[in-house]
Amino acid sequence: MKNSLIILGFFTLGLFLGLSKFLPDFIMESDFSMYALYLLMFLVGIGIGADRSSWKVIKETNIKIILVPLCVVIGSLLGVGAISIFLPHIHLKEALAVGAGFGYYSLSSIFITQISGETLGVIALLSNILREIITLLATPIFVKYFGKLAGIACGGATAMDTTLPIISKYSGKEWAIISVFSGIVLTILVPFLVPFILEIL
Amino acid sequence: MTLGILIGFFIDQYPKIIKAVDKMTSWAIYLLLFLLGIGVGLNEMIIKNLPTIGLQALILTIGALAGSLILAYFTYSLFFKSKK
Repeated sequence: MKNSLIILGFFTLGLFLGLSKFLPDFIMESDFSMYALYLLMFLVGIGIGADRSSWKVIKETNIKIILVPLCVVIGSLLGVGAISIFLPHIHLKEALAVGAGFGYYSLSSIFITQISGETLGVIALLSNILREIITLLATPIFVKYFGKLAGIACGGATAMDTTLPIISKYSGKEWAIISVFSGIVLTILVPFLVPFILEIL
Repeated sequence: MTLGILIGFFIDQYPKIIKAVDKMTSWAIYLLLFLLGIGVGLNEMIIKNLPTIGLQALILTIGALAGSLILAYFTYSLFFKSKK
């Protein structure tokens, strides 16, 4: 939660700086967010590689657990795909990319900004932040009507950290490992799936 | 990123480096979203259309959540319910 607030804070600070137009020219002209992105990808890669415990969880649990992140991927993509019919300004591909953020708003919005521009980047940022907020608020209701996987499915990539407490509280502690697993798989998928959807599909 | 993963495999015995990498990752994310904020602030098209953009974001979220929830419901009742 604290992290989300810090991230939102930096975004808002940037927003007002941009609005005030009090910026030196070199920031507005140079494309150094590109290099910052490369750096970020490198760091995220180190983080994934170094986290032995997450590889272990994946190895030790039985095959059925794979179904959980799989159903989040398919469900999210089908859902945004279907609802994008009502959004005339957004292509199917763009809607899918936003949905493929799975709540991992920082990384997905950065990628989408870089590939498709700022408008879609902001949509991705807001949409995926909303996903986290709605999960935090509505998991008790979702679990009641959609079963114990509901919170994990809504949380998407955030099911491993920010939304884990609420999931484990309302689905039960025995679901926490599944939740972490699903979150980790989705988190690893985001940096591959989002560019894939936008550039290759 | 692949290079990063490979390096990660080799440095996993050094918790200090991992911690530093975590910190740097957070800061790289802060920096990029700060830059995105600046870009958005400078982009009049986005500022003018912010309510529309927000609404589109909300609609997409609802789609993603509805799809996930429905599939989660079936996955749960078909494969996990007996587990309790």
